[in-house]
Amino acid sequence: MMKKLMMLMVLVVLAVFAADQVFAKPIEIHWWHAMRGARGETLKKIVDAFNASQKDYVVVETNKGDYDETVNAGVAAYRAKKQPHILQSFEVGTLTMMLSGAIYPVYKLMADQGYKVDWSGYLQPVLSYYVDDKNNLLSMPFNSSTPVMYYNVDLFKKAGIDMPSKTEPLTWDQLGDITAKLVAAGAKKGMVTTWQSWIQVENYSAIHDLPFASKANGYEGLDCELKINNPQVVNHLTRLKSWMADGRFSYEGQKYQGAQAAFVGGDAAIMMESISGIGNVSKNAQFAWDLAPLPVEASMKNPQNSIIGGASLWVMKGHPKKDYKGVAAFMNFLAQTDMQELWHMETGYLPITIKAYEALKEKGYFKENPYQEVGINQMTRRNPTKNSRGLRLGYFVQIRNIINEEMELIWNGSKTPQQAMDDAVSRSNEKLREFEKTYK
Amino acid sequence: MIKRSHFTSQTLAYLLILPQILVTLTFFYWPAVQGLLQSVMLSDPFGQRSSFVWFYNFINIFTDPLYLKSIGITLGFSLATAVTSITFGLFLASLANRALRGKALIRTMLIWPYAVAPAISGILWLFLLHPSFGVLAFFLKDRLGIDWNPLLSGTDALIMVVMASAWKEVSYNFVFFMAGLQAVPHSLIEAAAMDGAGPFRRFWTITFPLLSPTLFFLMVMNIIYAFFETFGVIHTVTQGGPGGATNTLVYKVYQDGFIGLNLGSSAAQSVVLMILIVTITVLQFRFVERKVHYSL
Repeated sequence: MMKKLMMLMVLVVLAVFAADQVFAKPIEIHWWHAMRGARGETLKKIVDAFNASQKDYVVVETNKGDYDETVNAGVAAYRAKKQPHILQSFEVGTLTMMLSGAIYPVYKLMADQGYKVDWSGYLQPVLSYYVDDKNNLLSMPFNSSTPVMYYNVDLFKKAGIDMPSKTEPLTWDQLGDITAKLVAAGAKKGMVTTWQSWIQVENYSAIHDLPFASKANGYEGLDCELKINNPQVVNHLTRLKSWMADGRFSYEGQKYQGAQAAFVGGDAAIMMESISGIGNVSKNAQFAWDLAPLPVEASMKNPQNSIIGGASLWVMKGHPKKDYKGVAAFMNFLAQTDMQELWHMETGYLPITIKAYEALKEKGYFKENPYQEVGINQMTRRNPTKNSRGLRLGYFVQIRNIINEEMELIWNGSKTPQQAMDDAVSRSNEKLREFEKTYK
Repeated sequence: MIKRSHFTSQTLAYLLILPQILVTLTFFYWPAVQGLLQSVMLSDPFGQRSSFVWFYNFINIFTDPLYLKSIGITLGFSLATAVTSITFGLFLASLANRALRGKALIRTMLIWPYAVAPAISGILWLFLLHPSFGVLAFFLKDRLGIDWNPLLSGTDALIMVVMASAWKEVSYNFVFFMAGLQAVPHSLIEAAAMDGAGPFRRFWTITFPLLSPTLFFLMVMNIIYAFFETFGVIHTVTQGGPGGATNTLVYKVYQDGFIGLNLGSSAAQSVVLMILIVTITVLQFRFVERKVHYSL
């Protein structure tokens, strides 16, 4: 009896083993990302679609927390030689990833695997954030957003103000009058802003074609220095500070929660915020609202494109060659028009190819949702210049922190705008030198 | 005669303590040594290149006016947190000690907040004190006319994190003071009462001196808590802002190391913290054993 049982067991084991050989398991491609909530669900749809579309590879997506937690997880995993194939990293980590020596540049991956990608079919202001000095794409743009101006239609009507155009930006002087009228008509706060460094300094500089840093915003060398203590930026911050006195501008914190709460709650009539906030606003706002491009200075006749925020996908080194075939197939799949349409419609992030944008246009999607086109128009209204294609700084996270801190010192009256920006520049330059020393 | 047991073989004794030693080495000494090494190096996060730079990182942090400011903030914050939570803990303990009815219930209720994680405590206080949606903030602004805005004012933000940090620690202090109060001999208090000393006098001349070892111990524990464990509160409430007004040393280590991936500087800051904590601990042992002793 015992012997028979043993035989049976051996047979079962053998059969399982054989089956495993016959039906070769698909290769797993690991993707670590920072997308949660609704975005995470859309991401899962894309992954499922890819897995269903072929049999050789299975993409396994894992959420690793916030952006910085995801990058940290990637760093730790790389050190332990357990890195995923694809790692999502936020835009400010671009230089760190680029210089990490741990990545397989996307342009190279696609060429090695025989994909002839027409990179000119992509939205250039999105690509330009992630290219090297020879214009080669290093990481695949995934979720890209850009800041725009949200406004409360009801409050505008109440104050008797004409609705701003969706393509022609207001001037800052006009905005000054508008916010004054809004406050006079009873709005508690004229305008608020989320992510102040990104919108009021980084994007302000790009739109007005001002250098944020020397060496073409850091693209041309690690020995760059910040340039944000120029008269235009200082003047802009001085204006905002003066607006605080009569309620035309109100500071609501470094991130997005405070400003969104003020806008959605109907206290603030205008909010400058990323297009990725559309989802939250449309879910929570109990009033009519709409979007307009960010304001520009009256002297700026041809405003530049705004720059992106968000994250891109980096391919990590150190996996077997056969895996990379799957990674390339997946990257190719991501850029397909239907996937880009899905991603844009469900999350509000920019579609990355011109084809996807045109396809959406043809379907009349932008006619139905005109506000969705505001960000795209603002991003693509001009070809990027050296000042508007992006920012490439070492320790950028800390530099943003420094800028945020110094801006807060302007808002609470501890420093003059000139003083604060001078200090931001000298403090950031120290960080840049430290970074340069590390990577030289 | 005192009974003593001896291990017949030394090997067995060593084997028995081996697991503990291994755990300590792996989880305490090894990371500490790594931290020390990292603090004299400049290296990129992925570990591709690193160069030995002597004390470059230390010189950098100590010439950075913001690091020095952060030291000041940390000291002020810790002291304020410790004093607030100890005062309330002692006050509540002396009241609860005199409670006639429902002693056990009162005690249990007062110990509860200790079970709340610092991050949650931070969120609770944020809900109370946030200038846009806080109930208490509304009261402060509209009823009392105080210009309360922790998003802009560093002092307000500091008050908010001190409240959130101290609130939770009150329970901890309460437990220790409660135990300390029960150890005060009744005969002494009764004798003093018969001599005509009022409750306040009895408290200051008898109970308080007898509590001094507990007080000192709690002072040290609270300062250590405020230094190292309030990370969650700061992370949820202010993220070090506004303008760096609540950027304590521990939070700065996190920001520079984990968010900024500046490992050298972050490691150097950790080493400074390590030295600090060693000093506090040594002082505690010295003092508790020698100075703070009240003999009858």
